[in-house]
Amino acid sequence: MIVEALTRRMNAHPTDSHTMERYLETGGYEAARGAITKTRDELVETVKESGVIGRGGAGFPAGLKWSFLAPARPAYLVVNGDESEPGTFKDRQLLERDPHAMVEGIIIAAVANEVHHAFVYIRGEYPKPARRVQQAVADAYAKGFLGKGIFGGDYDLDVTVHLGAGAYICGEETALLNSLEGRRGEPRLKPPYFPAAKGLYMAPTIVNNVETISNLPYIFGEGVDWYKGLGHEVDTGTFLMSISGHVNKPGNYEVVHGITWRELIYGVAGGIRDGKELKAWVPGGASAPWFVPEEHLDLPITKDETGKQGSMLGSGAVIVMDEDTDMVAAAERLVRFFAEESCGQCTPCREGTTWLDLILQRVLHGGGREQDIDLLMDVSDNISVGLGWPPKQTTICPLGPSAVSATLSLVKHFRHEVEEHIGRGTPVTISGVSS
Amino acid sequence: MVTITIDGTEVQVPAGELLIKAAEDSGTYIPRFCWHRRMNPVGMCRMCLVEVEGPRGIMLTPSCTMPVNDGMVVHTKSPTVEKAQEGVLEFLLLNHPLDCPVCDKGGECPLQDQTLSHGPGESRMVEEKRHYEKPIPISDLVLLDRERCILCARCVRFSEEISGDPLIEFMDRGNAAEVNTFPDEPFASYFSGNTVQICPVGALTASAYRFRARPWDLREVASVNPLTTTGDGVTVQASQNEVLRFLGVDNDATNHGWLDDRSRFGFEWIASPDRLATPLAKSGDGHTEVSWGEALGAAAENLSAVIEAHGPGAVAAIGGARGTNEDAYALASFMRSSVGSPNLDARLDDGLGTHLLSSLAGKGEIGDLETARTVLVWAADLKEEHPVLYLRVRRAAQELGATLITVHPTATGLADRATHTVTYRPGEGHDLLDRLRAGSGDLADVRAALDEGPVVAIVGRTGLAEDPALAEAVTAFARDLPQASVLPVVRRANTYGAIDMGVAPDLLPGRVAAGGDAGHTGWEKADTSVGLDTRGILEAAADGRVKALLLVGADPLRDVPDADLAARALDAVDVVISIDCFLTDSTAKADIVLPALGFTEKEGTVTNLEGRVMKVNRIVSGPGQARADWSIIDDLAARMGRPLGFESAEAISLAIAEHAPAYGGITWFLLDWKERDGVVAPRDGVEQPLQYIPTTSLRAVGSGGAKRGGFALHLGRLLYDDAVLTRQGASIADLAPGAYAVLNPTDADRIGANGHVEVDGHRLPLRRDASLAEGTVAVPFNQPDGPPLGGSSHVDVAPGAGA
Ligand SMILES: Cc1cc2nc3c(=O)[nH]c(=O)nc-3n(C[C@H](O)[C@H](O)[C@H](O)COP(=O)(O)O)c2cc1C
Ligand code: SF4
Ligand code: SF4
Ligand code: FES
Repeated sequence: MIVEALTRRMNAHPTDSHTMERYLETGGYEAARGAITKTRDELVETVKESGVIGRGGAGFPAGLKWSFLAPARPAYLVVNGDESEPGTFKDRQLLERDPHAMVEGIIIAAVANEVHHAFVYIRGEYPKPARRVQQAVADAYAKGFLGKGIFGGDYDLDVTVHLGAGAYICGEETALLNSLEGRRGEPRLKPPYFPAAKGLYMAPTIVNNVETISNLPYIFGEGVDWYKGLGHEVDTGTFLMSISGHVNKPGNYEVVHGITWRELIYGVAGGIRDGKELKAWVPGGASAPWFVPEEHLDLPITKDETGKQGSMLGSGAVIVMDEDTDMVAAAERLVRFFAEESCGQCTPCREGTTWLDLILQRVLHGGGREQDIDLLMDVSDNISVGLGWPPKQTTICPLGPSAVSATLSLVKHFRHEVEEHIGRGTPVTISGVSS
Repeated sequence: MVTITIDGTEVQVPAGELLIKAAEDSGTYIPRFCWHRRMNPVGMCRMCLVEVEGPRGIMLTPSCTMPVNDGMVVHTKSPTVEKAQEGVLEFLLLNHPLDCPVCDKGGECPLQDQTLSHGPGESRMVEEKRHYEKPIPISDLVLLDRERCILCARCVRFSEEISGDPLIEFMDRGNAAEVNTFPDEPFASYFSGNTVQICPVGALTASAYRFRARPWDLREVASVNPLTTTGDGVTVQASQNEVLRFLGVDNDATNHGWLDDRSRFGFEWIASPDRLATPLAKSGDGHTEVSWGEALGAAAENLSAVIEAHGPGAVAAIGGARGTNEDAYALASFMRSSVGSPNLDARLDDGLGTHLLSSLAGKGEIGDLETARTVLVWAADLKEEHPVLYLRVRRAAQELGATLITVHPTATGLADRATHTVTYRPGEGHDLLDRLRAGSGDLADVRAALDEGPVVAIVGRTGLAEDPALAEAVTAFARDLPQASVLPVVRRANTYGAIDMGVAPDLLPGRVAAGGDAGHTGWEKADTSVGLDTRGILEAAADGRVKALLLVGADPLRDVPDADLAARALDAVDVVISIDCFLTDSTAKADIVLPALGFTEKEGTVTNLEGRVMKVNRIVSGPGQARADWSIIDDLAARMGRPLGFESAEAISLAIAEHAPAYGGITWFLLDWKERDGVVAPRDGVEQPLQYIPTTSLRAVGSGGAKRGGFALHLGRLLYDDAVLTRQGASIADLAPGAYAVLNPTDADRIGANGHVEVDGHRLPLRRDASLAEGTVAVPFNQPDGPPLGGSSHVDVAPGAGA
């Protein structure tokens, strides 16, 4: 079940997988050296063929994204290492333990997209990964793999490493670009500001996740066939899942699509802590609707199947909750995250998420009222119009509408727990009127 | 045009227009908070959601970010839309303090209005609202109440996109998101009042208007900003015979709805307790109140005596730019016909040639900036002198992609948007122009840019120490640039209208050169020769050739750069008669002072820098016995036995339409009912007699005054200065920074100046500016306690004592 592609080097060399010496010794930079002799079309075609999809959450095919890059130049490449969604910690491992794989991926992606300046945006709370990346970039410059005339040829490529300042929303690609430009980190309107058309400094820009980029040396080094052979027929390659919560062996695992949730939770992650029962899990990051064992445990983990069941794999963050979990508290914690991280531009997201959180807090603290469940649903509906999945995007970015997932999952699967909280408490009194 | 269907009705709308605007212009109002038609859409408030049918089904979409396309089908009132709008309003009201009873915006608040029309009846939130300290002053003029703020970012975007001084910003995020200024940096923008006007709630309020009135108690009238020459549309609002507020009106041709703060808050002089309400006659060192009969009788007698003894040319008039065109026409008629003197001038030795200002052949319009590829500004710092024009130029450079070139002794307020910032030492402008014409050396790029038309050139005197002949030469150069449109600019109020009406030594009413054929004037007998300009009048007065001075809203002691000359002139003449709103330094020396009505107290027309004639209106009655200039002048003429026979301002306007050729056909009726944004004179089909083509040879360009020292003097004006109307407006009176001297750091170090310098013996705080050419000192003109440096082109600069 567990495979080794991206994690091969770090597993084999736990102490020094991040160094240039080890990277070179294990075949590093050969893929990039080969790639720079190819044309843009050839490179984009290879990535398309490999079927690699973006690992940043939206699951968009990388090759297709590259082919959309507008013709104007200069163009930029931005590697998204902001990784701030609760439960997601896979990029951290890649940045810290195998930074050269990303640097090599950057070289390939840059040449494929005719980019001469790439940026790596790393979440501010990742000082150690950032230091490792900076060292790797410096070493690559020293070796002539970056800078003027890379690999002795005539292609120039600069890489700038930038640290964020602690905002989840800066992981959203257009907010990231604003932040990189020194502006307030808030998403831009799409249209017209699709990065591939008007991105960084209004130039065509490719934004890819760290893991997406780190896959490239393997695709080009070992070949498309090898890469496709690793995984599921549709969802090719491997992918990193970050498993946290009430499991015996939380951590990052490299798996292939198509295994079942049961295999993942009970096999890979060693089952539930202290022999407790599994109650629910978040299948793909804090904005993904929850799965419950009765309905979902034996489903295969693929993009399509998860989507059909009304959720998503997102960035691969699985948060497992056992039978002792207070689901109202769990939902409140997730909603609070979004309320705090909303950039504040859109009225429904800014005001609605905070209100949801206030209602859930009140319910938790014994102030719940009978009408609160309907109110939670209606407020959610006003944030995410129609409450569909995937949500209709009626705000500037998807943060707002996806912030209601936890509340909806709570009411859908654990309505009785909300009712219990409400029944146990005393109704709040406002201005002398009992409501 | 494309066809779209809104709520079942097909309408034709311009292709590519934003849906919200297309819908509004075709009769469907979609509620909104953040969208503003003069700013780029941001889609933040989500109030304007509508349903649009598309290939992937019906989508709920913000109409402020969606361009229309042919065949689009839109629903603005479907149940889904209504639910979404209710939802957004409920969200916006969650934390709103609902303190409408004590909110200035109450009664004219988009949040109130849209809650009534689209909102839920009640809030379902039982939790505690967000609280902030309220309100906090964020500048001398504006207060911020963050509890009322709905975070639409209109203020933030205005200051970034329109005025270019981003001093108000979003801070923090999520529920903690707030609008605020940066620590220790006030919202010190010349344009801050606009944010108060466009704030859709009462979060931003103006200290000048706080708690002064409720909107339903206000009467209002459309008018034109009296403090600038751009012709900014305003709404004047008053209650109980007191003007309480100026609002910008979106005039497509001129101000796009914006006003600078001096114009917006400067109206307070109207109700100043210092306004003159009774005629005064000199008695001893002071004045005593007299009746109109006594005052006018004495004035008529004095003037007649001077004419008798010294001839009509011994009477001269200065001023007239503060009144209406009708007032100016009466003044010109009085001087040239009743008195018979050609010595009159509306400029105060601070202007440009009257032919250039009024009658330049092929003069441009402000709107030409919308299509310009290159904009040349060789004039005073627009930000300080022509704030609304400054905004229009910023827009051309920032939003419309024009190449902007500024030429000035220093970098200007436009520096951040200028492609080329060219600076020069005052007095060496002709040299620079020569090099620019040749495109030599480092000016090759600038020259190349100027060859890309259409070019708009804004030309004026960069400072008061500069020879006006330079602007003539620059105009002569600029006229020949590809598809050139030239706008000669001066700062003071209705200068253009007064000159067009013939308050000029070398023009007759309606843009006719003096000294030539004067058959059109309708005056029975008149002196239509070329007379003295303000400098000439003051010199003649100082050495006894002019004996009587009529000051019409003019304070030469402060307004004329050479204050020394003005003082000698006022001391030397036998008779000074002043028509004014205030007892100024100059009127204090007058024998007779006649109290005048000001703007908002009388009806008439004014003319802006494009030559656009616009209607100003009356809303308050004016203090005491004050009268309109034209009526005072008419009375004076009658008492001198040389009646003009004007019966009303409107009657004068008809005389103008008849006797001022370039103003043919421009009537109040036309301006009141048909052309609300004004009409540029001459109208189509009407001929303008004088078509001025400047040819000034560069060798004729000198420097603007006496060389008294080794430093070239740059005497520029700031928005806030010590002019009487500014001094009399309580809210803005203290905003003038006071006098200072600016040196290039190299010069400052070379002479060892630190802290202070002595400029011609006047001690001034020192500022350093590397963009100022070496060998130059810049001092702002007419600041409180400022030194009288006007009249010099070069001054002495020494390190300040005790520095
Ligand atoms: C609220 C929000 C937060 C996001 N955070 C991240 C993030 O931390 N890292 C990331 O790679 N992508 C994040 N994304 C997705 C990016 O917008 C973008 O789709 C992604 O970086 C593209 O890379 P990929 O195509 O390689 O997946 C986020 C999106 C949203 C809406
Ligand atoms: S949905 Fe939320 S996070 Fe996204 S742009 Fe709007 S306010 Fe910001
Ligand atoms: S202060 Fe007014 S204009 Fe500014 S964001 Fe708040 S509501 Fe909008
Ligand atoms: S008006 Fe369209 S989102 Fe605010």
